[in-house]
Amino acid sequence: MTLDTVTHAAEHPEDDQPFAELGLRPEEYDRICEILGRRPTSSELAMYSVMWSEHCSYKSSKVHLRQFGNKQPEGGWPQLMVGIGENAGVVDVGDGWAVTFKIESHNHPSFIEPYQGAATGVGGIVRDILSMGARPIAIADPLRFGPADAPDTKRVLPGVVAGIGGYGNCLGLPTIGGETVFDASYAGNPLVNALCIGAMRHEDVHLASARGVGNLIVLYGARTGGDGIGGVSVLASETFDAEGPAKRPAVQVGDPFMEKLLIEATLEVLHTGLVEGIQDLGGAGISCATSELASNGEGGMHVWLDRVLLRDSSLSPEEILMSESQERMCAVVTPDNIDAFMAICAKWDVEAVVIGEVNDSGRLTIDYHGERIVDVPPRTVAHEGPVYQRPMSRPMDLDALQADSSDVLPRPTTGAELKKTLLTMVASANLASKAWITDQYDRYVLGNTVLAQPEDTGMVRIDESSGRGVAVSTDCNGRFVRLDPYAGTQLALAEAYRNVAVSGARPTAVSNCLNFGSPEDPEVMWTFAEAVRGLADGCLELGIPVTGGNVSFYNSTADTAILPTPVIAVLGVIDDVERRTPMAWGPDGELIYLLGDTRAEFSGSEWAHVMHGHLGGQPPRVDLAREALLADICIAGSRDGMLTAAHDVADGGVAQTLVEMALRAGVGARLWVPDDLDAAMFLWSESAGRAVVVVARSEEMRFTDMCAARGMPATRIGVVDSGLGAELGFTSSGDAGQVLDLSGKFTVSLAQLREAYEGTLPDLFDSGFSR
Amino acid sequence: MTARIGVVTFPGSLDDRDAARAIRIAGGEPVVLWHADADVRGVDAVVLPGGFSYGDYLRCGAIAKFAPVMGTVIEQARTGLPVLGICNGFQILCESHLLPGALTRNDHLHFICRDQRLRIDATDTVWTAAYTPGEEIVIPLKNGEGGYVADESTLDALEAEGRVVARYLEVNPNGSRRDIAGVADPTGRIVGLMPHPEHAVEALTGPSTDGLGFFASMVTSLIESAP
Repeated sequence: MTLDTVTHAAEHPEDDQPFAELGLRPEEYDRICEILGRRPTSSELAMYSVMWSEHCSYKSSKVHLRQFGNKQPEGGWPQLMVGIGENAGVVDVGDGWAVTFKIESHNHPSFIEPYQGAATGVGGIVRDILSMGARPIAIADPLRFGPADAPDTKRVLPGVVAGIGGYGNCLGLPTIGGETVFDASYAGNPLVNALCIGAMRHEDVHLASARGVGNLIVLYGARTGGDGIGGVSVLASETFDAEGPAKRPAVQVGDPFMEKLLIEATLEVLHTGLVEGIQDLGGAGISCATSELASNGEGGMHVWLDRVLLRDSSLSPEEILMSESQERMCAVVTPDNIDAFMAICAKWDVEAVVIGEVNDSGRLTIDYHGERIVDVPPRTVAHEGPVYQRPMSRPMDLDALQADSSDVLPRPTTGAELKKTLLTMVASANLASKAWITDQYDRYVLGNTVLAQPEDTGMVRIDESSGRGVAVSTDCNGRFVRLDPYAGTQLALAEAYRNVAVSGARPTAVSNCLNFGSPEDPEVMWTFAEAVRGLADGCLELGIPVTGGNVSFYNSTADTAILPTPVIAVLGVIDDVERRTPMAWGPDGELIYLLGDTRAEFSGSEWAHVMHGHLGGQPPRVDLAREALLADICIAGSRDGMLTAAHDVADGGVAQTLVEMALRAGVGARLWVPDDLDAAMFLWSESAGRAVVVVARSEEMRFTDMCAARGMPATRIGVVDSGLGAELGFTSSGDAGQVLDLSGKFTVSLAQLREAYEGTLPDLFDSGFSR
Repeated sequence: MTARIGVVTFPGSLDDRDAARAIRIAGGEPVVLWHADADVRGVDAVVLPGGFSYGDYLRCGAIAKFAPVMGTVIEQARTGLPVLGICNGFQILCESHLLPGALTRNDHLHFICRDQRLRIDATDTVWTAAYTPGEEIVIPLKNGEGGYVADESTLDALEAEGRVVARYLEVNPNGSRRDIAGVADPTGRIVGLMPHPEHAVEALTGPSTDGLGFFASMVTSLIESAP
């Protein structure tokens, strides 16, 4: 098999190339030929095909995502140090500290091979954070699966959870948050999103660019193998040596131990000042890393591809360029520092090799055993891919769907009905305890975890001397987005924002993982555009910038798209983590307040889903000014020590909030329904902008005065009371005798609630560890 | 007199920073020890921290016992150097035959992270002297291969000699024989423990501060025995 060199390509314009199999459209192929003034070599074609893929180029979403940059306050965002476009945005969190965070999807690989798909999803996002110069400090995992009792969910979920745990636990990063949601629309297309947070000093922020003529490009970490070659396997099997490696699994295989060494080696070379630029290798492997580094620099770059250390010596140059082998990084190092760089890699048993050099050619050139196989302008590969304005149309069924409100569904009224509904709701898969999942993740490692699931937000300390910390929460109710993508996405933003604020942290920045169906479906595209518009407008109103994110399209099974799922992550900052507000309520006699307004808003709610299998109507009203006020109240309450506990009201309404607070504390309460509400509306409506807070009696006046002065409705709905149960004679281990008593309606023991809440997932996914 | 306590970092060690923090909070001076360096820098005691040494792709701890630093630790431990092995460190101590028995895959086959109630059964070791006999504590447990096994005669001997340092209460989280969470060597200077006391040294970040006693015991013992 002869090598398809640049010279050969120029001399043989007639050779057929499998661009369509690689996912390129005829006009995209023509444009590549136009850029190069000849047909691409097979290596160039491979590079363009992956870099111009939807995943790498954002070609369908770019025109919409621009709003995140365009919609900003005059003078820009004060807290933003590095914005969208880099591997991950960087936020100033005070005291010279900076934080970077990002979410990415690994949906399709996790469906095909749940364990490795999820594991490498974690690995990829951790390297993204590392490439900004930050030490990764925590991870979180928003997950979506098909119905909890579906046979395929039993295959996918345990594998995904074990993969996240197997990789994350071995890296030594605490898993502090995430969510797990079940819905039929995800049955053939689970969503596995992974978020990582990293912290660094301001001066340690590093960017991915190849600057300085003569500087060296070092590839270090794991060797390059044949795993993760997707499109290129087509190339390999159709165009190249038929004797060579057969089609490889498209899913990469992770080695968390190598990633751990890579983290430590990378942080050491960064902190000893040995690195000019750094880049992770993720999707599109060496193609992406070299073209992005060169494109971000001023000059050009030359690469000797045969120097790449291989796991499999039979790999073709195209495969080496495309391989998505995990646990690799690329660094730009001056010749003076190269020996020191190599010594640190050797210390950590990390293999490293110089594969290239920065030059002033303005081109990215790649040689393979002395022959030129790539000669391209790097920006055309990395940043100037195609951009599409896809056709959009409002879903035909949306008017009918919105007219079909859940507010008219029959609601329980008697005490017996209410109690039965409560126990059914609490045991339903989406509301039930996720401990079966989260107990498989290490939440303690690094010793800085202040809050972790099931708390509203994950919170980690970043500075042991000052107590400064950050919090992160991820949320999305896809049903709300289905009913109204603009409002639904703002509700996801509002919920994540609220979760961070109720724990006492000041919301500061936003990242997102936009999971949608096919962008070639005009209705999906319209939904996506509305979601992005809603998010950009919402962020502007709340004063928090989008610092980065990820778009995952083509999440559909046959012709059925998933519920549109723009997962929103909000990062918050807290000056002193000692001041955080947990969700478990305090000792006897403390007062339980509901903040915000409760309306009959059942459309898209968990109650309509669980009790009626119904989806229709308009999602709850969005009031971002109210959300901001609620955040201010909760943050002030936390800072000034007025609140002993707080918990956001969202899925499952006030009922779920109260049950979770009681179970977390193991302490019961007496509760009453506010005069102007019917009991079911009080318990299960999902009106936004609400939280339940617990106030010590000594702080009650100060707190209610503050609420009144600022116009925040605060309604006393109960009192923490551990003495109730004994006289009712409930006994069981743990919460012996603790009850929730809803005045005049019903009483339910915490033991019964706990059984309902904690039994569901173990029953579904093998009992495993028995409590 | 300062209590200089070494914390070994193997490639894949994860809780080394946490162990160093716990030593500091207990009043000791943590000393960094590197797996590839046989020099233990004259420390008074050693902590082998949790993690996945060398990836633990083979039996947990099986490769770590061959590390240069372990050659010195094993040699000095036989002549009295106090050693606490936590989780992966416990596995390494068993693989090194400084402690009897072995740690096997959890009986339920899942990694488990939970706040675990324990009873301290032996307070005559240098790592547990700060506790009272029978004291109940709650500290994090997190492992995938934490099931303690040994033959019946070894288990009988451990119990008869009072070398079961701690036992699981309420639930046995990993299938350990006789609910054993930690054991000591006959001298009480070498202790292996599956749960993580270093994650329970600050009320802010742990379920309790119950874990501090392990480190405080050592620091106190070193200071009291100083000439």
